[in-house]
Amino acid sequence: MQKSSKEIDPFRDVSRILDMNASTHTLQSLPRPATLTDGGPCALWGGKMSGFGKLSVEQKSQNSDWIAEMLRVRDQKDRKAFAALFTHFAPRIKGFLIKSGADAAMAEECAQDVMTTLWHKSEQFDPTRASVATWIFTIARNRRIDMLRRQRRPEPEELTWGPEPEPDQADTIALMQETEQLKAAMIALPDAQRELIEKAYFGDLSQAEIAKITGLPLGTIKSRIRLALDRLRHAMN
Amino acid sequence: MTIRHHLDDATLMAYAAGTLPEAFNLAVASHVSLCDECRAAVASCDAVGGVLMDTVEVSDLADESLAHTMARLDLPEAQTPPRRVMKKGTLPGPLQDYVGGDLESIKWRPIGMGVKQAILTTSSEAVARLLYIPAGIAMPDHSHGGNELTLVLQGAFFDEDDRFARGDIEVADGSVTHTPIADIGDDCICLAVTDAPLEFKKLLPRIVQRFVGI
Repeated sequence: MQKSSKEIDPFRDVSRILDMNASTHTLQSLPRPATLTDGGPCALWGGKMSGFGKLSVEQKSQNSDWIAEMLRVRDQKDRKAFAALFTHFAPRIKGFLIKSGADAAMAEECAQDVMTTLWHKSEQFDPTRASVATWIFTIARNRRIDMLRRQRRPEPEELTWGPEPEPDQADTIALMQETEQLKAAMIALPDAQRELIEKAYFGDLSQAEIAKITGLPLGTIKSRIRLALDRLRHAMN
Repeated sequence: MTIRHHLDDATLMAYAAGTLPEAFNLAVASHVSLCDECRAAVASCDAVGGVLMDTVEVSDLADESLAHTMARLDLPEAQTPPRRVMKKGTLPGPLQDYVGGDLESIKWRPIGMGVKQAILTTSSEAVARLLYIPAGIAMPDHSHGGNELTLVLQGAFFDEDDRFARGDIEVADGSVTHTPIADIGDDCICLAVTDAPLEFKKLLPRIVQRFVGI
């Protein structure tokens, strides 16, 4: 049944400890997560690292948000930027779809479709509301539903109305920082819990099983998105 | 509009993951169209999906994939549905798509006591139905073998001590037996989705059930 707002809400609680010094950085000098997994909570569980915990040294140091490339695709139809995005994301889309139960051939075709959709729908990319990875995830998820289940996925109404308000760079940076914090927090989760979340997204958990997932650090990113929505509503009225 | 009853976290996450049956997706998309709180919650669950995608074990593509995809970029697109904007009316946009219009387009079928229903076409894993309950009328006592989401679109209903008004969504599982009663102010219209048949406590509704397909 409906939970009252006074109950402890694991989705929103853990995030408070993640409330770091936001909005003082520029686009050029974003902080990377200070620690990833070394000696973190995973050690307590004594388990091996699961697939998504493995980040290479190279990935740690590079500027990994891909927003500049995505904006060049959106605003200038820049093919070089598209190729860079493809090289990074297409193997991840394919890997994700294989984990979700697609065979290699279907996952390959689907990854190409998703990247083609990214090109054609790039004007819908809004860096104040979703990271590049998140936006690509939503395209891939919808494509997976089309292909595996042959269903359409009802989508909510869009909030945008008429000409879009000028995107606010501070909002973009803040969302980027919170996405990085979310990523660091997810990597720091105990193996068992992280595997549960993976299973939920790869379609291996029932809804009742998903309800048992706790400790997801969603609080700050949710507030950030809520703020962006409020601004959008304000611009519409 | 102040929404007091929101979606639960498991449903929000399953919606973001894309693992819900179509009827449940419809209820979530309809509620989210009316509720910024849950819209933000869905977007944050999408962000979890984004992190998973960004950190998943990669699977290399075939050598010619990039060239093949680049060659497709200039081809005219099959079809791009225009970006959805807010629709005017009582039904949220996702529901209008299924009904084929607003309230006046719903094909109601009477099921007794002035109650009417319209079953929407979705995949067979779950059922989506619009219910019309005249002001002050109670739905028969029922429980569920599975999950049920009930989204209020017009009027309001009481369930035990809770009042659910436009935009509110009630989340119930198999353990709940309830008797929703429409508020006296206005006839109540809601969207109810279930992933198992309703189980009525009394014989008469059970017999009716066989004929009207609740």
